Amino acid sequence: MISLEEFKRSFKVALWFMFLTFPLLVIKVNPIERTVLWKWENMAFVGIGAFILSVLIRAFFIQKERSRNSSKNKRRFGYIGDEPLVQFILREPKYLYPLSGGVLIFALLFPALFDTYQTNIMTTALMYVVLGLGLNIVVGLAGLLDLGYVAFYLVGAYSYALLNYHFDIGFWMALPIGAMLAALFGIVLGFPVLRLRGDYLAIVTLGFGEIIRLVMENWNAFSHGPSGISNIPRPGFFGMDLSLDSAILYIYYLVVALVIITIFVVNRLQDSRLGRAWIALREDEIACQAMGIDKTKTKLTAFALGATWAGLVGVIFAAKTTFINPASFTFLESAIILSIVVLGGMGSILGVIFGALVLILLPEYLRVFSEYRMLAFGGILVVMMVFRPQGLIANVRRTYQFKKSTKGGDS
Amino acid sequence: MGEQILNVTGLSMHFGGIHAVDQVDLDINQGEIVALIGPNGAGKTTFFNCLTGIYNPTFGDITLHRSGKKPARLNGLKPNQVTTKGMARTFQNIRLFHNMTVLENVMIGRHCRTSSFIAGAIFRTKHNRREENEIIEKSYSILEKVGLEKYVNDHASNLSYGAQRRLEIARALATDPFLLLLDEPAAGMNPQETKQLDELICRIRDDGLAILLIEHDMKLVMSISDRIFVMDYGKKIAQGTPLEVRENPAVIKAYLGE
Ligand SMILES: Nc1ncnc2c1ncn2[C@@H]1O[C@H](COP(=O)(O)OP(=O)(O)OP(=O)(O)O)[C@@H](O)[C@H]1O
Ligand SMILES: [Mg+2]
Repeated sequence: MISLEEFKRSFKVALWFMFLTFPLLVIKVNPIERTVLWKWENMAFVGIGAFILSVLIRAFFIQKERSRNSSKNKRRFGYIGDEPLVQFILREPKYLYPLSGGVLIFALLFPALFDTYQTNIMTTALMYVVLGLGLNIVVGLAGLLDLGYVAFYLVGAYSYALLNYHFDIGFWMALPIGAMLAALFGIVLGFPVLRLRGDYLAIVTLGFGEIIRLVMENWNAFSHGPSGISNIPRPGFFGMDLSLDSAILYIYYLVVALVIITIFVVNRLQDSRLGRAWIALREDEIACQAMGIDKTKTKLTAFALGATWAGLVGVIFAAKTTFINPASFTFLESAIILSIVVLGGMGSILGVIFGALVLILLPEYLRVFSEYRMLAFGGILVVMMVFRPQGLIANVRRTYQFKKSTKGGDS
Repeated sequence: MGEQILNVTGLSMHFGGIHAVDQVDLDINQGEIVALIGPNGAGKTTFFNCLTGIYNPTFGDITLHRSGKKPARLNGLKPNQVTTKGMARTFQNIRLFHNMTVLENVMIGRHCRTSSFIAGAIFRTKHNRREENEIIEKSYSILEKVGLEKYVNDHASNLSYGAQRRLEIARALATDPFLLLLDEPAAGMNPQETKQLDELICRIRDDGLAILLIEHDMKLVMSISDRIFVMDYGKKIAQGTPLEVRENPAVIKAYLGE
């Protein structure tokens, strides 16, 4: 549990940030009219933002530490308290298969049961599920705190928008290209931060995310600047142009398929040689290298694989909204995706899915709060971290269970 | 005694003004148990860290001689490259992956001898599944060898201290080394565990591996080592058979003071 002490520290961090950014963000001097505008609301934003970020980072370290010590805790407190019902269900194919079948049928029938507006919101939520699962590879499995994940999302979206604008490349071509470009960016951005850990890594990745957005905002010739790119075509259906309603439906099913693929892939990665290397790297870098694991390669693979999903979703995002500009890719976006992972439960696939649905759907249905969204967001975060620091669904890592008689086979 | 497999000449590691390792020469032959001893802070662990690529030595050469291959210089290689070349180590302060099971810890050791990557993980090809099974079988047989097979599915952190040290050895063995570097493997062990360790080290040697061992337990060192190197204040002060070293005045002085 995050102690009061930790919150006090986060609070102090927020106060510091408010103080430091005061001259820049609060005082707006208008030299022509010779007036001074006091933008106090900016101060509130900085304060709340810094506080949320600080709590998020603390939560990351607590969960990381917790996963490191979870086995010790088990011994001390016994299994019962530690293994939640969900984990039990996940372990039992008897319950798991019918349950996931039910969820799948519900997902497939969703557009028939609800109207277009709801379907659209659900599509957004599912896109965040994929983003969360992608970031989960970097943050949850490899233990690298990445605050600039939105950069790869941007790369995906702009790949499609620009390739389409200049070369008339279609959605289905752009999808793999966007994913690959994002992966490439993951590697390029991963290189300089290989040596960094913890807070330092977080700050530098945050910087990268902002730099890429600022480049897009200012490099008019390349990216059309803040006004963005419009008239991006929706995905075509075997060459046919779809009506708006059917396009929404089409994108919805596309995203559902992507979610299924993502879950499948992330699940398999977790149980593989590569997944083990990530977990080992998270637990002890030096021991990991001494056991012959190439730290560089393993970390860069995590960055690249995480970025791939952001690239894919970026392309879909561009196709869904038909208009993109840099304002869609602010740091807030990274913070939301990270919250999805941390609130859901780092490393836990189901947790991330729940986290995305809660964090994206709740604000949509609580539109009344829209003005105070940040505040509500921070509030939820704080309450969660007090009562469930391990996330909605704590990650109890599935371990390989050796059985002498049966040769191999996964548990 | 077999041919020389590792040759260290003039190895020095300076941290600012501290000469943690100063002009140390050492060599190891095939199938030999060599001990590196010395008082606390003598620079033994630092010497290991230089050999295994955790530090890049300030001066000196580390050369690997493998039969049928050209001598290879190890200076400046990364730890994982050194391990891939066939030198595996354990740590003085145990560094297991605590949240992984005993078997999984050993499976990590197989990493550098296996190859399946992203595509293999996602599609679980036949090759990948076979490799995965081989990793498991081999890891289990190593656990049997060090006598930890009954804890196969336990978390590493739940093992006793002595068992954790043996798991470190198992994990290092999984990398298929020809030279095993053990940093105080008997620390924290009771006499019975130490005796088992003694047997284990001899068994590993009998399998054809060479062993370089840092140890404070003199009884263990004297009974199993073929040769002993003694360090003090970063310098090598003596070398020889256990008998020679025991009689060496410089060694006695280093251990007992003036
Ligand atoms: N990274 C470092 N930076 C500065 N000094 C170091 C560093 N690593 C080791 N030293 C110094 O080098 C000297 C040798 O340390 P080392 O750990 O190698 O000793 P040791 O022989 O293994 O001792 P012990 O028997 O207690 O394990 C010590 O004085 C230590 O303070
Ligand atoms: Mg030492």
